[in-house]
Amino acid sequence: MTTNAQSSEIKRTVRKLCLIVLAMAAFAWALVPLYDLFCEITGLNGKTGGPYTYDPATTSPDTSRLVKVNFITNTNQGMVWDFWSEKGGVRVHPGELKEVNFYVRNTTDRVMVGQAIPSLVPVSATQYFHKTECFCFNQQILQPGEEMVMPMRFIVGRELPTNVQSINLSYALFDITEAMGDAVVTGG
Amino acid sequence: MSEVIHAGQQDDHHDDHHDHGPDKGLARWLFTTNHKDIGTLYLWFSFAMFLVGGVMALVIRTELFQPGLQFVNPEFFNQMTTNHGLIMVFGAIMPAFVGLANWLVPMQVGAPDMALPRMNNLSFWILPFAFGIMISTLFMEGGGPNFGWTFYAPLSTTYAPDSVTFFIFAVHLMGASSIMGSINIIATILNMRAPGMTLMKMPLFIWTWLITAYLLIAVMPVLAGAVTMMLFDIHFGTSFFNAAGGGDPVMFQHIFWFFGHPEVYIMILPAFGVISHIIPAFARKTLFGYDSMVYAVASIAFLSFIVWAHHMFTVGMPLAGQLFFMYTTMLIAIPTGVKVFNWTATMWRGSMTFETPMLFAIAFVVLFTIGGFSGLMLAITPVDYQYHDTYFVVAHFHYVLVPGALFSIIAAVYFWFPKWTGKMYNETLGKLHFWLSFIGVNITFFPQHFSGLAGMPRRIPDYPLQFADFNMVSSVGAFIFGFSQLFFLYVIIHGIRSGTPAKARAWEGAKGLEWTLPSPAPYHSFTHPPKVTDEEVHA
Repeated sequence: MTTNAQSSEIKRTVRKLCLIVLAMAAFAWALVPLYDLFCEITGLNGKTGGPYTYDPATTSPDTSRLVKVNFITNTNQGMVWDFWSEKGGVRVHPGELKEVNFYVRNTTDRVMVGQAIPSLVPVSATQYFHKTECFCFNQQILQPGEEMVMPMRFIVGRELPTNVQSINLSYALFDITEAMGDAVVTGG
Repeated sequence: MSEVIHAGQQDDHHDDHHDHGPDKGLARWLFTTNHKDIGTLYLWFSFAMFLVGGVMALVIRTELFQPGLQFVNPEFFNQMTTNHGLIMVFGAIMPAFVGLANWLVPMQVGAPDMALPRMNNLSFWILPFAFGIMISTLFMEGGGPNFGWTFYAPLSTTYAPDSVTFFIFAVHLMGASSIMGSINIIATILNMRAPGMTLMKMPLFIWTWLITAYLLIAVMPVLAGAVTMMLFDIHFGTSFFNAAGGGDPVMFQHIFWFFGHPEVYIMILPAFGVISHIIPAFARKTLFGYDSMVYAVASIAFLSFIVWAHHMFTVGMPLAGQLFFMYTTMLIAIPTGVKVFNWTATMWRGSMTFETPMLFAIAFVVLFTIGGFSGLMLAITPVDYQYHDTYFVVAHFHYVLVPGALFSIIAAVYFWFPKWTGKMYNETLGKLHFWLSFIGVNITFFPQHFSGLAGMPRRIPDYPLQFADFNMVSSVGAFIFGFSQLFFLYVIIHGIRSGTPAKARAWEGAKGLEWTLPSPAPYHSFTHPPKVTDEEVHA
């Protein structure tokens, strides 16, 4: 059957192959942060970034251009709240700070937690869409029947590619009451 | 010359191993570490799974025979499409190729057995449990997996039936089995070849399986990672694929297809190897372009890692991404074209005869090429928006998997049947099986191109009236094809029971070390490495 030399060769091969298996398993998990990083750099999945610090002294609006920003609100995964924006869209100059109000109303008779997730198209505009304030940065805890006004302030960067004339910003509102657990609901 | 070697071997066999024959009864199969026994187990298991998956396909085709809901409710229909896909991919095609590898790799490289015989036993015996778990979910409250074989999140997480956890563990087990099987195959091929068999003298079945095994150990851990993330999302409150918690469902598709595309080639590369043995044997010529065959397989394997997003063109991707995945996908047509050209060139001016394995092999070349061309059509991003998730896709992948992978397995069974059993199957029955299968497969899947182009979506239990005729034809074909595989079972059993004795070299044009062994191959073969002669290697 197998000789001694052969069986030590086999052991060496098997060890190498097990390393490949482990490396690929690690790679599978590494794909998660890599994917997030890739999307953050390229803006490919349309997720807009976190709070942006705006310095009016250094930023002046580019009055030669107007960009249409459309707002889409929808609820997801059985979320029953009402969710709407004050305007369907606004025209802004790149570099100009703008504020738009969004509204939510808890139509149920229980305390609920909501979380809005933004998504933006075209993806080539994602990196140039800055928000100084957004309700999507935190969760909303609403008492039964409560309504809330949520201002969202944003600036479209002056570096926005000139071929982008309109931007669609969509918010999906999720019910995360269960995920947050009872503590948050009773505490809030 | 080979006859002399092999007579010598017979003597050794009797001297050393008279007490090493197979055990009797069930213990032989439970505890066997013999590559031939394990190969047999794999092949019968995959055939059983093929029948189970086939019954599910016939449930699907029965429901689709006419528009409207007749036989099953939509929930059960979804479970049928899902389980049909999973069972055929992981339970029928893959174990069948591993079974062929078990039988053939040691005999073709001149090794006494696989490198790790005990692990070999384990990798097989995991499988019945994995599929037992998976099939049992169909009888659980809430039903079995119903989210398609691609199990996209959040369909397979947030909206999944409770039995999804069993599905996840079943996939883990299948993955473990495949990884162990692959490690075994690579270790055997790299370390146990007979002296003189250099890498570029290896039979092509060995080459294709070596590359396939590397693909398996590279992507099976990724699949395991994906289902584990699903498990965490479902039970431990993580949000890998849940947008509300900061995850991304699209990431699931990227991870899945990073596994899924190489998986597609895992199911076809060994088929290329099988066909590269059968066509030269019945054309009575050496294979045309051996080296280019090897390089083509290696290129296809490499490309399989960088084309995954062509499965998800419509998910929302920047132009640059679409172009990249479109061009890399089309690039695959080049090495594949090289292979088809080489098979055709091998037949060119050969002294061809058309025994059953050859018929299946030629049908493979023709019909697989049709599947390849519809694949090229799907690779064109702008038109993929029309084809995506339609029956055109169903027609495409069934053309590469049924008359592709499956026909090659059937061809291999007929081709090596005399070596395994020592008997010849009945050629007339074999040919009848071929023609029934060939006609059945085309009646089933060809009309699906048309219904798909006309806009019929996949995975639906009901459809608009305009698709009625194509679906009726398709269902008739499915029943012809399905029952002709029961006939295949009959041909095989008939061959085992009352076939005529086969010669050592059962086909006069067949080359390779396995044909230097007597038929049936002795329980222990090549206990001493054979001499590798030029006439037995393809190069």
